[in-house]
Amino acid sequence: MSKITFEIDGKSCTGKAGQTIVEAARENGIYIPVLCWYEGLKPAGICRICTVKVGGRNMAACTTPITEEMIVENALPELEDMRKALVEMLFVEGNHMCPTCEKSGNCELQALGYRYGLLAPRFPYLFPKRAMDASYTKIMIDTNRCVQCRRCVRGITAKDGRHIFAMQDRSGHSVIVADRELEAKMSDDLAKKAMDQCPVGAILKKEIGFAVPIGKRKYDKAPIGSEIQK
Amino acid sequence: MGSIGDVVTRAVKKHGKDASMMLDVIRDVQSELGCVSDEASAAIADNLGVSKVDVDGVVSFYHFFSKEPRGKYTVYLNNSAVAEMKGRDAVAKAFEQAAGCSFGVTTFDGQIGLYDTSDIGMNDQEPAALINGVVFTNLTPEKAKDLVFQMKAGKDVKAMAKESGDGQNQSALIGAMVKNNIQKKGAVIFAPYEAGSGIKKAVAMTPEAVIEEVKKSNLRGRGGAGFPTGMKWEFTRNSKGKKTYVVCNADEGEPGTFKDRVILTELPQMLFEGMAVAGYAVGAEEGVLYLRAEYEYLLKYLQSVIESMRNSNLLGKNVAGKKGFNFDITIKLGAGAYICGEESALIESAEGKRGEPRNRPPFPAQNGYLGYPTTVNNVESLCAAARIMVQGGEWFAKMGTFQSHGTKVLSVSGDCSKPGIYEVEFGTTLQSLLDEAGGSDAVAVQVGGPSGKCVSKKDFGKKLSFEELPTGGSIIIIGPNTDLLKVVHNFMDFFVEESCGWCTPCRAGNVILKQRLEKIMAGKGTESDLKEMAQWCTVVKAMSRCGLGQTSPNPIATTIENFREVYEAKLQKGADFVTEFDLNKAVQEYCKTAGRNPNIEGH
Repeated sequence: MSKITFEIDGKSCTGKAGQTIVEAARENGIYIPVLCWYEGLKPAGICRICTVKVGGRNMAACTTPITEEMIVENALPELEDMRKALVEMLFVEGNHMCPTCEKSGNCELQALGYRYGLLAPRFPYLFPKRAMDASYTKIMIDTNRCVQCRRCVRGITAKDGRHIFAMQDRSGHSVIVADRELEAKMSDDLAKKAMDQCPVGAILKKEIGFAVPIGKRKYDKAPIGSEIQK
Repeated sequence: MGSIGDVVTRAVKKHGKDASMMLDVIRDVQSELGCVSDEASAAIADNLGVSKVDVDGVVSFYHFFSKEPRGKYTVYLNNSAVAEMKGRDAVAKAFEQAAGCSFGVTTFDGQIGLYDTSDIGMNDQEPAALINGVVFTNLTPEKAKDLVFQMKAGKDVKAMAKESGDGQNQSALIGAMVKNNIQKKGAVIFAPYEAGSGIKKAVAMTPEAVIEEVKKSNLRGRGGAGFPTGMKWEFTRNSKGKKTYVVCNADEGEPGTFKDRVILTELPQMLFEGMAVAGYAVGAEEGVLYLRAEYEYLLKYLQSVIESMRNSNLLGKNVAGKKGFNFDITIKLGAGAYICGEESALIESAEGKRGEPRNRPPFPAQNGYLGYPTTVNNVESLCAAARIMVQGGEWFAKMGTFQSHGTKVLSVSGDCSKPGIYEVEFGTTLQSLLDEAGGSDAVAVQVGGPSGKCVSKKDFGKKLSFEELPTGGSIIIIGPNTDLLKVVHNFMDFFVEESCGWCTPCRAGNVILKQRLEKIMAGKGTESDLKEMAQWCTVVKAMSRCGLGQTSPNPIATTIENFREVYEAKLQKGADFVTEFDLNKAVQEYCKTAGRNPNIEGH
């Protein structure tokens, strides 16, 4: 694979042809905040938190491939503020009660909130009426917490490739559901994978809770992004 | 009829056991059974080899599909801003009173369903509604009552439309009461056109020369974005694929635009020739016309035009006598989603999926319909291409301004005496258009629809052109007696409903913006509320994934810019904070349950 030289915030970086800005940045020790992005899944450009400037234009770093001599601006204060605004939007768009959430400490939305020093969102809370569906066999879906990243849609499929998760409706009404027939046939491992891939506490595997106590979880130990940008 | 399973099997047999035909299968099931129930979507899923939630995902994405029955007669009453200006609310009330149910539901006996719908492309003859796909225009409360009376009597919907339209609307295959309202004909689109002349000229050249000619004309896409058509064709031609497609975007959904409806009604042959020209240029044998569901009443007519063009060798094998050039057109119907006017969302929808825009790269020219190189062009652009073949690129380039050549077909509506279609040369000033349309007392003009700009008098002298006042065709005139903020609110409502929901800023941001607008409209806004709202517009515009979210704050942003005083008049000057909390309202439910009267002052 051919080598590509490009630049992020003035730092010279190298990557491989076909890599996206997010992937190449990680290999160069630069953290571009992401939420819908997940290693191994097809990037989808949903949360927009990875937005960077390329040639003065805003682009999602997770879906934009690197090109030779590309100049990427990442840590601009104006961009960071808009990213923070997106994190805030996600907080007000759903109902996020961190203290009672099983994902607290492992939650990427919460971790991004900490990263951006989020105290109170600039937007008023929308307090939507959303459902918690525990009538599934293997999992529960709490749509109050869903950030609609579609990691589950993209990453969790039946053996024959059919989707187990899908979005329903559109606009602010859009909501994630699982296919009842296929969900019931999920292996325990797949159900666990669905829970682990979910960046928030929207998908929970039944019968296990708080296996790792709060305080000893991933982001309790080190903030998000610190594993990449030392 | 038949069992649900039979209906589904029949639909799948008709359209093919292919997930890319899902929209067509669902449409058949919806029209035969009145809804797509859980049982039906499970059967569709089984037949097409997808999961049930994927079928449900498609059903719930589109406005005209539903899980629940929507009545033997389904009334979709347009709720565009212009419909509101023209008395839509009184018509809605008349429908509700006569039918005995409110909007959003179906009567108990399942006979009549009343639903709102976004712009149906009839802005020049509002209020308008679709009833089982049949268009009813210029509605009044009396007419609405009469319609309900007829529905209750079980009348055939087509027979309920007593008035007749003009032009081809009167033809047997359309038979609609729709009016074309062509007020001004220009040199490119509405000038006389000899059938076959465009495609014959094209096939006498090489495909490369056709692209050169279009480049020479400086034709830019007429849907709004204004991408150079010749360049698009060149990219598509140069992409490698086993097949190439020409897709015509006939999904004009921008509130206030209806020009493509008139072109489709009066000039379908010119359009299809334009598609054939594009096919010849890019090396495609297949063309797809993606027709918005609201225009389904034109479907049979359009199909008959295609058929007659096949018979006269303007489509089909060896088109116009050109050996080896085969080109044919199929029509794909939408199902009610503004976002499908975005070219990659349109492709997704044509492939039977939820109409969500794709990430770019790759661009449709590289990887479009069914994964093949595809050029997606607007109805008007393709007609212009046919004309350019006849008259030459140079002729076309002479018209217009420095960056905008040829003519533009405008859909003019709102507070004016002569709404309708105006084909004007690029460079015409907005003021001269207003004078012609009888809208001289305009206070504001929404140029380019809600996603465009709301301009004030100081800009009326500007030129309609890509460089000064760009528009995909929508011109909405707002007069002194129309409440501007109500119009802005209507537009925000529209964007909130029509966001596909994919990306955060558009999905959540528009809801937040609309809420803040409502706070200000209710007289509870402060100066900092207004300032913040303007800042939030910037965030949504800057961070959204596609054109919808990148422009959806425009109604607010451009009215703050040009009509700041309208907002300021609503603000609580000098206040730091105005509560929106209403204690009476908050305890209302409790008091009702407890049988008490709220006694707030006493505590």
